[in-house]
Amino acid sequence: MKKTKPVDTQPAAGAAPRVISKKDAAKRIDEVAVEVHTDIIRKSRKPEMRFPIRSLSNVKYDPKKGYFEMIGKEATRTLTYNTVKTFAQSVRLLATTKNDLLLKDDIAGKREVYYNAKSWGECRFDEQPESDSLLDDMEAMLGVNREQLGYIPEERGGEVTGPLMVIDRDPATHEEIRINCAKLGTGAWSIPSQVEHLKFETKAKFVLAVETSSLFQRLVHHRYYETAHCILISMSGVPTRACRRFIRRLADDQGLPVLAFTDGDPYGYGNIYRTLKVGSGQSAHINRFFCVPQVHYLGVTPQDIIDYDLEDATHPLEDVDIKRAQDALKNDPFIRHYPEWQKAIEQMLKMGVRIEQQAFAKHGLNYVLEKYLPDKLKKKTFLP
Amino acid sequence: MSRTVQKHVKKAGKKTAAGKKGREEKPKAAPAALVKPVAAVSGRRKGKDDEKRRSETAATKTAAAEAAAAEAAPAAEEPQNAAEVMAKKQREISVSEFFLKNRHLLGFDNARKALLTTVKEAVDNSLDACEEAGILPEVIVELIQVAENRFRVVITDNGPGIVKAQIPKVFAKLLYGSKFHRLRMSRGQQGIGISAAGMYGQLTTGVSTKITSKIGPKKKAHYYELQIDTRKNEPHIVKDNEVNWDQHHGTRVEIELEATYQRGRQSVDEYIQACAIANPHVTFRYRLWLLPKEEKPAPVAEGQVAAPETRNPKPETPNPEPDWIVFERGTKLLPFQPKEIKPHPHGIELGMLMQLLKNSRARNVRSFLHTEFSRVSDRAAVEICQRAGLEPTSRPSNVAFRESENLYKAIAETKLMNPPLDCISPIGEEQILAGLKKEVQASYYDAVTRAPSVYRGNPFQIELGIAYTTPGQPKGTERKASSAERGGEGQTAEEPIRLLRFANRVPLLYQQGACSISKAVVGVDWKNYGLSQPRGQLPMGPLTLFVHMASVWVPFTSESKEAIASYDEIIRELTLGLQELGRRLSVFLSRRRRDLEAQRKRDYIQLYLPHLALGLKQILSLNDKEEHKIITKLKTMLERTHLQT
Ligand SMILES: Nc1ncnc2c1ncn2[C@@H]1O[C@H](COP(=O)(O)OP(=O)(O)O)[C@@H](O)[C@H]1O
Ligand SMILES: [Mg+2]
Repeated sequence: MKKTKPVDTQPAAGAAPRVISKKDAAKRIDEVAVEVHTDIIRKSRKPEMRFPIRSLSNVKYDPKKGYFEMIGKEATRTLTYNTVKTFAQSVRLLATTKNDLLLKDDIAGKREVYYNAKSWGECRFDEQPESDSLLDDMEAMLGVNREQLGYIPEERGGEVTGPLMVIDRDPATHEEIRINCAKLGTGAWSIPSQVEHLKFETKAKFVLAVETSSLFQRLVHHRYYETAHCILISMSGVPTRACRRFIRRLADDQGLPVLAFTDGDPYGYGNIYRTLKVGSGQSAHINRFFCVPQVHYLGVTPQDIIDYDLEDATHPLEDVDIKRAQDALKNDPFIRHYPEWQKAIEQMLKMGVRIEQQAFAKHGLNYVLEKYLPDKLKKKTFLP
Repeated sequence: MSRTVQKHVKKAGKKTAAGKKGREEKPKAAPAALVKPVAAVSGRRKGKDDEKRRSETAATKTAAAEAAAAEAAPAAEEPQNAAEVMAKKQREISVSEFFLKNRHLLGFDNARKALLTTVKEAVDNSLDACEEAGILPEVIVELIQVAENRFRVVITDNGPGIVKAQIPKVFAKLLYGSKFHRLRMSRGQQGIGISAAGMYGQLTTGVSTKITSKIGPKKKAHYYELQIDTRKNEPHIVKDNEVNWDQHHGTRVEIELEATYQRGRQSVDEYIQACAIANPHVTFRYRLWLLPKEEKPAPVAEGQVAAPETRNPKPETPNPEPDWIVFERGTKLLPFQPKEIKPHPHGIELGMLMQLLKNSRARNVRSFLHTEFSRVSDRAAVEICQRAGLEPTSRPSNVAFRESENLYKAIAETKLMNPPLDCISPIGEEQILAGLKKEVQASYYDAVTRAPSVYRGNPFQIELGIAYTTPGQPKGTERKASSAERGGEGQTAEEPIRLLRFANRVPLLYQQGACSISKAVVGVDWKNYGLSQPRGQLPMGPLTLFVHMASVWVPFTSESKEAIASYDEIIRELTLGLQELGRRLSVFLSRRRRDLEAQRKRDYIQLYLPHLALGLKQILSLNDKEEHKIITKLKTMLERTHLQT
């Protein structure tokens, strides 16, 4: 597809992705199909589809905007011998999206898409990553994020505990529902896949996003959110779109600073934290909504290993870690923008070790919340 | 592959009247088989041990003779020289004894090979005789197993027959033939063939060689039973009859010998098929009549009682009469009859030169050289004499003893015109193709007949053919009609090619590795032509490669005529011919590869276009016609860019 423009050309940071109706989304699919059809029948030329390239090579980092922004490189998928299968799959995916999801007001998970295509004969997907990738292509091509097309994320969206009142609606009656995240007992509140409609009330001073759920549970167990007056969020690895969008909306809405606390390794820095802050190369076309530019990195930094006497609680970097770190230094526009991050990663490479969040248990199980976190919060030695 | 299996067809029955007679004898054959081999050689021979002892004595006796042979022949191992010397000079030692000691040299080294060699010698003779007489050959080969390790071989031809007086000598005297004394392209060469087979039969079974021959429609056929007096190398006539034979002319040879049959490579089946390829003007009828195998008790299915009578079939009960396998001729064109030529001086060996000098009727060396050889002008003769320091007027017989070596050297040093080349009768490209096409099912055929060339003064000509079977296709070398056929293994891309070697139209089945043909094939880089080839080996692929050397004198590496000696000139011609075929094959293969690739792409595209169209149809609510139009238009567009070859 050639001329379909993204829905929002230049939204202000923090603007919500424009909600487009299912009918409009279906119309967008029609436009793509008409274009392809015209190419074939009227123009007698090989049809093509165009969509933004989804990779780090097609993003730039502008700290004023605060997220990875596409630099406009487009991939053109012209129908050829080599692309005929993918092309056919794309068209069939568009058809399914329009006829089965949009027009029928239905939803589907990524894995369901993969299984649904099993009925397409030789056009089926052999592995789910193939259908996932075409879904991402389609989303980028249409300029409509996939949730709006009816595709629901299957990953958990993250969990919240702390002094926060989330104001939701009953999906059926649209009646207001107030969720007090401080009164969930030993559990936590799950972030839903759609967060645009949520409203917030809070007296917290900041948001603390934690990588692992085990550390999250320790903090909840000892009611750290009360001690530190913060909202705790468990990301369980790379934060989902909904999780990022939730934190972003919460922080924007309530003017809260956000801190991230991950394992001290290349994945924690380059994948989890970077994606939370500026989005990913893969879904650059929607980063402007799914990023949290105000987040800062609390730890664990390589310097923390020295400062908190944790050398003997580390693990040597493995080849994948080293490769990932070097790759970030070389290709990640975000890391390349911040000398602090380059220094940190280079320090890690020099030390040749990585560290986990749980390593603080060396000094006692609750050392992390009694000593490390208060200490860091006081010193404010955060990375950008 | 036009093939008919004749089951008791009248015509076949008529033509094999003699064969029928052989079969009528069969009931009596069983007792005959039980008769102990007559100790024909010495009266002492009882078994293998005796034979060994006997040949040891022969070894001591012949040591001197071998030394003499080694001296006379430039290459001491070359048995043909040894054979010549033995046969012509050392008369006190019987050629038959020589044969016994050296039977491996003649192709009788084991029981399986003996069967093939016997068939081969008889078939060669039949074809040579038919062609010389201008008769389209029809040759009947019948192998009848009469005991576990004993076969009766019956070869019948429609050739000119042999005059009565000659029959005993031809079949029961070694080194007696019509082809040795002349330089002319023919299958037989040394006059050792058929009598050697007869002798082998006699030595292993004691049974006489039986000959029926008829030379004209109005004559009666002669029937002989012959033994060889192995001491004197003279025929001993056991029986001499006149018989009726409803065939106008022809010869029937029956030899009973110790032999075993095994199908597959180097079998009689393979030999006859190869013969049929190289001789598309010949019709072969072939059948193999085996005794039933000693059957193991049939496996009894559970809960079933085996019928006891099926367990012990009577031994010696022949299998039901087998069908004839007919290799129908593919052309009625007889090969053109090669001319006889005089030897070229450069092709001659010293011993031979001495013989010629001794026997020459020429008055002086000058005219000797001029008349006994081809391409020696009077001027050249004088030049040779000068070079050898000989008076041109010397008597040849004098020169023979004293100055023959000088003369030999002088000949070698003198530049002479090449021998005339019209003495070779090549099969011809068309006929090679005809032979291959009727016997090998393939998708690509090609043939090359090279221009004649010369090695050591002998004219020769190389011919090559190729049949490429598309992998996966049933292979033409399988003859489904035949029960005596090699097993079901088809030629695949992972197997070495099938190399068929021929010398003067005779298939060479043994000693492939020692043959210059194989050496030339291995020496060509087939990777250039699209075949894979392990280092130093034959190329791989579903390919039948036919290679023929025609010559007035084929330089075999041994008396058993199994491998062609490697002369540079021969290797060169072979290589050039192979390269020519290879180049054309590679054109075919790459075109085929392109076609296959294009087909693969076409199929692939056609797999997905309907999905693309269906998707558009679903989105845009198109009708079936519009959907179809998308497919056709896209197909044309994609094929135009991706499948143009
Ligand atoms: N089937 C046959 N028909 C006619 N002549 C034959 C036949 N078999 C053999 N001969 C004659 O007998 C000769 C001797 O045959 P053989 O011992 O095989 O020697 P060679 O074939 O080398 O001459 C042949 O040269 C030929 O003249
Ligand atoms: Mg012969």
